[in-house]
Amino acid sequence: MKYVDEFRAPELIRKAGKEIRRLADSKRHYRIMEVCGGHTHAIYRFGLKDLLPENVELIHGPGCPVCVLPMGRIDDGLSLASQSDFIFAAFGDMMRVPGTHGSPLEYKARGMDVRIVYSPADALKLARNNPEKHVMFFAIGFETTAPSTALTLMRAKMEGLHNFSVFCNHVTIIPAIRAILDSPDMRLDGFVGPGHVSTVIGCRPYDWIAKDAGKPVVVSGFEPLDILQSIVMLLRQLKNGESKVENQYKRVVPWEGNSAALRAMAETFELRPYFEWRGLGFISQSALKIRPSYAEWDSEQRFTMPGVRVTDPKAAQCGEVLKGVLKPSQCKLFGRECTPEQPVGALMVSSEGSCAAYYNYEHRKPVSIANAAAN
Amino acid sequence: MATTLTKIRFREPQIEMAHGAGGKASRRLVEGLFAPLLFGSSPGPLGDAAHIQINGTRIAMTTDSFVVKPLSFPGGSIGELAINGTVNDLAVSGARAEAIVVTFVLEAGLPTDILEAEVRAMAKAAEAADVRIAGGDTKVVEHGKADNMYITTTGLGRLLAGVEISPQSVRVGDKVLLSGPIGDHGITILLARGDLDLEAELRSDTRSVFPLVQALVREAGAGVRWMRDPTRGGVATSLNELARDCGLGIVIFEEKLPIRDTVRGACELLGLDPLHIANEGQFLAIVAAEHADAALQALHATPGGQEAVLIGEIREQPDSAVLVTTLYGGSRLVDMLVGDPLPRIC
Repeated sequence: MKYVDEFRAPELIRKAGKEIRRLADSKRHYRIMEVCGGHTHAIYRFGLKDLLPENVELIHGPGCPVCVLPMGRIDDGLSLASQSDFIFAAFGDMMRVPGTHGSPLEYKARGMDVRIVYSPADALKLARNNPEKHVMFFAIGFETTAPSTALTLMRAKMEGLHNFSVFCNHVTIIPAIRAILDSPDMRLDGFVGPGHVSTVIGCRPYDWIAKDAGKPVVVSGFEPLDILQSIVMLLRQLKNGESKVENQYKRVVPWEGNSAALRAMAETFELRPYFEWRGLGFISQSALKIRPSYAEWDSEQRFTMPGVRVTDPKAAQCGEVLKGVLKPSQCKLFGRECTPEQPVGALMVSSEGSCAAYYNYEHRKPVSIANAAAN
Repeated sequence: MATTLTKIRFREPQIEMAHGAGGKASRRLVEGLFAPLLFGSSPGPLGDAAHIQINGTRIAMTTDSFVVKPLSFPGGSIGELAINGTVNDLAVSGARAEAIVVTFVLEAGLPTDILEAEVRAMAKAAEAADVRIAGGDTKVVEHGKADNMYITTTGLGRLLAGVEISPQSVRVGDKVLLSGPIGDHGITILLARGDLDLEAELRSDTRSVFPLVQALVREAGAGVRWMRDPTRGGVATSLNELARDCGLGIVIFEEKLPIRDTVRGACELLGLDPLHIANEGQFLAIVAAEHADAALQALHATPGGQEAVLIGEIREQPDSAVLVTTLYGGSRLVDMLVGDPLPRIC
């Protein structure tokens, strides 16, 4: 398959693995954070940890939109859409995320009209085709998915489609990285930067990480070779004592980002003063809300939301795992009370959450197999 | 037999869609509620068909309900699935389907021409599989109480001579054979539902696998240790069930997995794992190492078996789990499917 197989070519991947082992100083321990949940998933799915020497450790970051969504927001969305003339539309990722009284899938099984859509434009189509219903699109995601929500809002306004609204849960990546770097128990050597987010925001927003925080950033693609090459680039910077932003994912990410997408976001969204992140707590200016000029299509401005706040179970150590302080398996609930089927904490929910990825692909893997592959 | 005092382990307050999706939740329901109340405390490994002895004759018996949406799709339809599904469940239990009885649950308002088309499809599939439809029953429910129609088929089969299959006979070193490309059926259905605005040239693989099973058993005899048709939950779920039942590790070589580019592309795009996607015309077989090459040749020589491949082997590790290895030296565990496969966005 074109544009995939080239980036999974065994000989190139082995070569990149060898280069990583050559560059990594055996007297040093490297802690590299991959910010994006898509990277976390790829690292486990392709078994990339098997190819890294023991002193190059990957720490899983906060870039999984489903994982950082507080349960109260899900409760709010489900409670509004429980009215009989509503259709609850969301991405497949959302469907198994538990609210206090069940996930959207469970609500669907009980009779709520829940639809999986692949883009917000599909939700708009649902609204056109079901004029007697109100379609609420539960919007999640970082800057990756926010532009398509923005364009959909603009489209709804243009068409004067009044039976459609967006429950906006979009968040932004930079404040989350700042929160992690500000955390006193955090020690990181560099970042594998988010690929899809950067197609929209470009590479400049990471400048401060390299300049002020002194940590190198390499924006990376999602295939095995992309990720390994990004680690090579990071190790090279660390070896040379450098700290800069580099773009490994040039085939997709323009340095300046996508100005049309950024314009659409600016037209429809403004920053919330603060927003709650699951596991990380309240972070100021870290999320988007819909501008008053689009109030008609904003579920929160148009309807009364219960505004539920649900505290996460105390025993779940999602925050520590999310910040990379603990490994998934070091959480007290991991694999016992908390599994992908019956998740307690947020990171076990999405296949991109580090706990779910670790549970599905790694945790029962015999040590002998992992070691054999690395040698 | 169960009494009112029999305890059940199933603690979930209500039935959810996942309990029917063929993965872990389905297994919890069957093992935690049905098995203790209906089969006594230890049902043993749950196969595709029950084996019964009547006056010394070994008979296999199975039943399956079909609730497909849409009713017809490229390459097949519910009527054809209802016959082939049951023929295949018997086949992978080592039995030739002899007779099938059918129950229709029809929704009031179902156009007759749709019903006629499905019944014709059943007759055609039964003729192709050389199985007799021996009887049936019809119920009609109110409009809105069923998705057009549901079909249940129950099949009886006679065990092939020389076949002795069970998870307990699987040994370290045995090979894993797969009859052909995976994921065609599940992806075809996903696209045929039309919710995703994706189109592809793809057809369901629905067919009877009996001729292939027969060729395999003829060649390898008792060297065939275990067989399964990886329907809901896909290859990953079937192999995980085997790993759990035999307590050994199953290692799959990723580069050997036969997956069409269309299926791979759709899976990449939607964030699905082809190993979790349903099939309707393929089967997995565990074959003793010394029979593996000849068994594969026998499959290749049988019509419809040209794409059969050896995809992996049985090892001591990982304990009761399935591991996929890649050419470049990475590996990952593959678990059973949890719930239905859902497309991801980012």
